[in-house]
Amino acid sequence: MKKRQPTQSRPAAGEPQRLLADMLRIRRMEEKCAELYGAGKIRGFLHLYIGEEACATGAMHALAEEDRVVATYREHGHALLRGVPMDAIMAEMFGKASGCSRGRGGSMHLFDVSRHFYGGNAIVGGGLPLAAGLALADKLQGESRVTACFFGEGAIAEGAFHESMNLAALWALPVLFCCENNLYAMGTALSRSESQTDLCAKAASYNMDSFRADGMDVRAVFETVSRAANQVRESGRPAFVELQTYRFRAHSMFDPELYRDKAEVEQWKTRGPIHSFSAQLKAEGLLTEDVFLALDAAAQVEVDAAVAFAEAAPWEPEADLLKDVHGPAAVAHGGRR
Amino acid sequence: MFEFKLPSLGADMDEGKLLEWHVKPGDKVKKGQVVAVVDTSKAAVDVEIWQDGTVFELLVEPGTRLPVGSVMATLLEDGESAPARKPVTLQGARKGEARRKAPPPEVAAEAVGVRQAAELAPPGRPRVSPAARKRADELGRDIARIAGSGPGGVVTLADVERAVVVPTAAAAAATPAAAATRQAEMRRTIAAAMSRSKREIPHYYLFETIPLARASEWLAGVNADRPITERILMAALLLKAVAITLKGFPALNGFYRNERFEPADAVHAGVAISLRGGGLVAPALHDVDSKTLPVLMHELSDLVRRTRAGSLRSSEMSDPTITVTNLGEQGVEAVMGVIYPPQVALVGFGRVASRPVVDEVSGELRVLPAVTASLAADHRVSDGHRGALFLGALRELLQHPEDF
Amino acid sequence: MKVSYREALREALREALAQDPRVFLMGEDVGRYGGTYAVSKGLLDEFGPDRIRDTPLSELGFVGAGVGAALGGMRPIVEVMTINFSLLALDQIVNSAALLRHMSGGQCAVPLVIRMVTGAGRQLAAQHSHSLENWYAHIPGIRVLAPATVADARGMLAPALADPDPVIIFEHAQLYNLEDALPVERVWRACDISRAAVRRTGTQASLITYGGCLPKAMQAADELAATGIDVEVIDLRVLRPLDLDTIAASVRRTHRVVVVDEGWKTGSLAGEIVARIAEDCLYDLDAPPRRVCSAEVPIPYARHMEAAALPQVAQIVAAVKEMLNV
Repeated sequence: MKKRQPTQSRPAAGEPQRLLADMLRIRRMEEKCAELYGAGKIRGFLHLYIGEEACATGAMHALAEEDRVVATYREHGHALLRGVPMDAIMAEMFGKASGCSRGRGGSMHLFDVSRHFYGGNAIVGGGLPLAAGLALADKLQGESRVTACFFGEGAIAEGAFHESMNLAALWALPVLFCCENNLYAMGTALSRSESQTDLCAKAASYNMDSFRADGMDVRAVFETVSRAANQVRESGRPAFVELQTYRFRAHSMFDPELYRDKAEVEQWKTRGPIHSFSAQLKAEGLLTEDVFLALDAAAQVEVDAAVAFAEAAPWEPEADLLKDVHGPAAVAHGGRR
Repeated sequence: MFEFKLPSLGADMDEGKLLEWHVKPGDKVKKGQVVAVVDTSKAAVDVEIWQDGTVFELLVEPGTRLPVGSVMATLLEDGESAPARKPVTLQGARKGEARRKAPPPEVAAEAVGVRQAAELAPPGRPRVSPAARKRADELGRDIARIAGSGPGGVVTLADVERAVVVPTAAAAAATPAAAATRQAEMRRTIAAAMSRSKREIPHYYLFETIPLARASEWLAGVNADRPITERILMAALLLKAVAITLKGFPALNGFYRNERFEPADAVHAGVAISLRGGGLVAPALHDVDSKTLPVLMHELSDLVRRTRAGSLRSSEMSDPTITVTNLGEQGVEAVMGVIYPPQVALVGFGRVASRPVVDEVSGELRVLPAVTASLAADHRVSDGHRGALFLGALRELLQHPEDF
Repeated sequence: MKVSYREALREALREALAQDPRVFLMGEDVGRYGGTYAVSKGLLDEFGPDRIRDTPLSELGFVGAGVGAALGGMRPIVEVMTINFSLLALDQIVNSAALLRHMSGGQCAVPLVIRMVTGAGRQLAAQHSHSLENWYAHIPGIRVLAPATVADARGMLAPALADPDPVIIFEHAQLYNLEDALPVERVWRACDISRAAVRRTGTQASLITYGGCLPKAMQAADELAATGIDVEVIDLRVLRPLDLDTIAASVRRTHRVVVVDEGWKTGSLAGEIVARIAEDCLYDLDAPPRRVCSAEVPIPYARHMEAAALPQVAQIVAAVKEMLNV
């Protein structure tokens, strides 16, 4: 087994100002996305993560650089904090060739294999078997990394969740199942879709350890995921983490939000991860308003530059339409071994 | 507005049966374009139109038999606009028919189907496989004339290819009974023309044995460099020799009409082609004297193929200025031909064979290839003296094939 | 020496496992049971449980895990017991395996081989008798193979594993006991998974088929030959991407086509082939193309009814004769 130290290139991982700065980067990027969607620059489905930033931020800070990440269609923040440049994410949203998936995927299919970021899966539950398989590959190849698989609580109703949880536990695969429980699968509340709303109890039924954290508290997420990931790394067995969170905006840009009270949303917003964390840091004397404003301004500068980059980026030529349906070696098929 | 009438496609043609229109109202047509296929009872012939215009009305339905000269369609001249449509009656046909002496009007009236264009049912598209259609096109075959052997009578590729080999069976209708009827019709047509010839034309006949040693040698030399499929046959050489020689004997090349001879400027040699199912046609090879031998050979092969396939053009049927018949393949010594009216001569060839020939210079007896050429000519136009000179000139020419 | 189709498949698996440590086999009962069709019998002892991996009855889960393992650098061979159960894994095959490369702008490679049994003919009734190969042949991003000979059973796995993309291999249930002499190694090693094969040359019609229908087409060709009708038999071998060149060349020789396909006619691979022929070879056709497919019913259990539902030699013979009007 190769043992790797967490990356040296992110010395400040988990450091409070970095956590705050990254949440701000996600927030400002997504706010811009909403604006650009209205302007017609971004099309297709756009699922925003606003309100849930503490989950991806805490979790990504807790993972090592060589760990693998499988995410959902609400993955802008995960991609960004895995190290995918905001330029490439924004260009992808624009459908440009400089996008991280050459403009083929859009908002729901951000990929960056060089950073072990395997999408961007837009079938609910679709990423879970992939994560089990990636972990199986690592196990068979003697790698010590963790595959972190993010999914919403809606995926728990899918067969893929149960099959993957079972396989991972049965075969002792190093998967960290990260359930971002934002209480609504599109418009269906958890209590209306699950007979057992205690999600950790489901993990227990697969003989899998589980962890639960307040998904609005970035520190709590960081600490919990760190613990869970370390356990996975050390035991080689999977673990389940439930991050209790809430999305402040609609499911997607097409959602009139008929299924929840505005009061409920407002109530959750008082626990907004950015302002509560910055208030906490200020109270602890770890942050001043000036620093906050500087971090926010830096995030905005990065967003503006990403938009400029995406605007200027080229379109993929139509001649490349059929490119990458198959890999290059598929051209010749006779007598290969 | 002008009329398109059933042309005479041969002196023996009194009437024809429209088989198929190639145009429909509104189509623009060009001079020389094939607009219809007409069965002359000897062959299915593509009929050309000789004036540009736009088809206004088709007045005759496919399947209708009608006398030569009948109005088959009306056309608008270029730039002319369509008049208000008015009913067309039998008059159109009667007018055309009135210009002819035969057949009797009651027959024509019964036979000619004249309708308003609006009433014309569109002729059903023949059921032909795509491959057969393409192949027929390549072969210059008229698909409408081929009987189908596929399911439901579909014309198949094999039908098209077989039709080239066994033409009359294909050109005829599908049933044996219909084929027999057709044979009988053709026989009657030939009977009428040949009877008229023997009745009206005072024939005289001349024969000459022509040595072909030089010609054979020369041809062998020419063919040595050519692929088998492009070899030039003696038949083509003889045809060309006749045509060249004829330029010096205008009294043998042309038509005898209305009690007088009309010499022809060009030599269009009618080539007698026997049909395998029986019968005979003699379509024209045009301007034979001015074509090179390879071209002539190609056209001759093509003409034979198309004749047997039943896809001749009307001009080929109507304008031979002399007939050349070559029965050498059948092995006869010589031919004593019957002139095809209104032509005034027929040149015949027997088989090319080795014969004892006395060398005119040395007096020695030698065995050489030779052919017996014959001339049947119309005594109303020429005399035996002219005829003899013609055969002599032909003989001389064939001793110098390199001059061709 | 004669080799069975099953043995040929097993030898191919054994060789692949022996030669490449990245290769492993997983599926339901591939290990201790020896494979439902006994293809993997004995391999567990030879290669151990890590590489001959019995899975729970979780088609979606383990096919998806195969996709993930391929993404992660392995060369998995996933056996789905039968095509009927592959419907439970459709999401992972179609939405993940087939799409990932293109959707990620060329970043993700899924060098995965999925083997599954297909077809009817053993009185297994409606839920175990599907021929849905065409569902997979519809999807860009996957290569679909249908070995119908012992040589292809032996030869196709290696190039399938070498393919950088997902390959599905359909093994027809009726072929496992097929025995034939394996050609010399040089021949089966040259197995080309991009081309169809002319199994018999002929002049009057082309029988185009694949998989379990190949033996039927060959028998029909024999029977037709006995009546003086000379037909060609094309084995598609590769259902996606179709080898249109070989198909067109055959049609241009024979001008008549009968496609024999165990799938239902509506929306069948046979329909696709006929459409391609119509597009590319219309003017070479001397008769409307014909299709001999399964009757449009769920496959029944009773032997005579099952036989009536499936393409049979007599139907192929009759179709050719009708075309030739004999």
